[in-house]
Amino acid sequence: MRSDQAPLSLKIAAIGGLLFLHLPILLIFLYAFTTEERTYAFPPPGLTLHWFSVAWNRPDIWEALALSVKVATAATALAMVLGTLISAAMAQARFFGREQISLLIILPIALPGVITGMSLRSAFGLMDIPFSTLTIILGHATFCIVIVYNNAVARFRRLSGGVLEASADLGANAFQTFRYILLPNLGTALLAGGMLAFALSFDEVIVTTFTAGQQSTLPIWMLEELIRPRQRPVTNVVAMVVFAATFFPILLAYYLTRNGSETAGSGK
Amino acid sequence: MSAVLPAKSLADRLTTLFWRKPKLLLALLITPPLLWLGVIYLGSLAALLLQSFYSIDEFSGMVVPEFTLKTYAELLRPQNYDIILRTLIMSATVTLGSVILAFPIAYYAARYAKGRWKAVFYLGIMLPLWSSYLVKVYAWKLILAKEGILTWAATQTHTNFLLDAALALPGIGGNSLSTSYIGMFLVFTYVWLPFMILPMQASLERVPTSMLEASQDLGATRAQTFRTVIIPLALPGIIAGSIFTFSLTMGDYIIPQIVGNSANFIGMAVYQLQGTAGNTPLAAAFAVIPIVIMLIYLSLAKRAGAFDAL
Repeated sequence: MRSDQAPLSLKIAAIGGLLFLHLPILLIFLYAFTTEERTYAFPPPGLTLHWFSVAWNRPDIWEALALSVKVATAATALAMVLGTLISAAMAQARFFGREQISLLIILPIALPGVITGMSLRSAFGLMDIPFSTLTIILGHATFCIVIVYNNAVARFRRLSGGVLEASADLGANAFQTFRYILLPNLGTALLAGGMLAFALSFDEVIVTTFTAGQQSTLPIWMLEELIRPRQRPVTNVVAMVVFAATFFPILLAYYLTRNGSETAGSGK
Repeated sequence: MSAVLPAKSLADRLTTLFWRKPKLLLALLITPPLLWLGVIYLGSLAALLLQSFYSIDEFSGMVVPEFTLKTYAELLRPQNYDIILRTLIMSATVTLGSVILAFPIAYYAARYAKGRWKAVFYLGIMLPLWSSYLVKVYAWKLILAKEGILTWAATQTHTNFLLDAALALPGIGGNSLSTSYIGMFLVFTYVWLPFMILPMQASLERVPTSMLEASQDLGATRAQTFRTVIIPLALPGIIAGSIFTFSLTMGDYIIPQIVGNSANFIGMAVYQLQGTAGNTPLAAAFAVIPIVIMLIYLSLAKRAGAFDAL
């Protein structure tokens, strides 16, 4: 039948669109190997592995990386606890103010990051809280909650209340039900949510610039290099690392949830 | 006969309590996250609002913590007003560009992609959506540079004149793509495109094939079907996507800093005013603009049924 076949122009436009989304990222990989140090000349005059060893020996990069991992881990852990709690509450009951709460959860990600960042900064300023690793984590956890929430609440909805009642009828107490019934069922959704939250926190830059003070996370280090370039090829190598650090968690999150009705990631 | 029941543990007693008072369990579950979001997030938003009603002493440069509308009045100064207007025009153009680029991808993925191709499209949209924002912006800096791949490609294909003509356009052109509004528009559109594709695809997936067939049977041409059946049904998804592209462009301050001719945007103004200038009240007042615009936008979108497409 005719309507089952896509018109050629549509096919070309769609595949062209996908290429448009992906080719720019591939270019970063090429530039990480270039021998040209001062400009972004294309094609690269030669290829070298030199910049990887230069990047490896730079203590400032390692410091930024360590801070990024620390922040992302802490923010993810906090967001997983808070996100699971709130999704459990939202899934199980209808109550007064439910709509308002769901708006409150998505607000940190619906409003532009500059507002979240500026708000946190003015609050820290009014209360004389000095900037530290803690203030970065505070900001990141706030917008990571919604990611975990989105993944967990979809799974909760699919989980029938019957299994929980059956568990209670068979004599399990609330904690046993949580440990043996709820957790195994939620497991992959939570893990996927955690992965995405980690990826989001790891490469967050807008809120971080407002809450970081003098410290730099890896994205902030990159931003400084972008504004005042020192060694461009080293930045290329770091860009590759940042890309990989977010790429694999996302891919993993997809494979963890792809058989469900709710594939992870559609709700950024 | 006396049944030997094990002594009730604390966990058992708590279970009974939760069973009798489900509201208690709910309160226990919801209090920590609500406290977090309520205190940290809403508290911060309130702090922002509060600061925007303060003003700065012109002589000492200190913030005067007294209620005044003076700071908001400053937004109407020509240079500040220009910033707001420029940001809104850029946001609208980027939204329009995203709609045009997103449509074929969303439509193909929703209607024609099957099996493995469906997965390819899904990952193909999801990966750029989630992958590092800064890396994507950086990649475009490489592409748009004067010595970069685009100039190279134009030279190879002898289409330099097109590039030069685009750069010679008054107002939006510039020295090179990376210092022009055209370049900035391209980067914004690239970075936010997946946010437009996803809701659009979701709404297109809900367009029943039978309606398209009916339209065809009734003698409509492809263009007519597109205009009178597909577009109206996909509109909620398009509006939902536009919420993201508009809001994200309006608040961004990294892209105008890295690409473009260093003209000021709302996000940049907020960042610079609170940082180097130390004028937190004016920065706060600037940050309130996107909030107000987004609230209006969201209420209009809600009326158009865009939230069902999310």
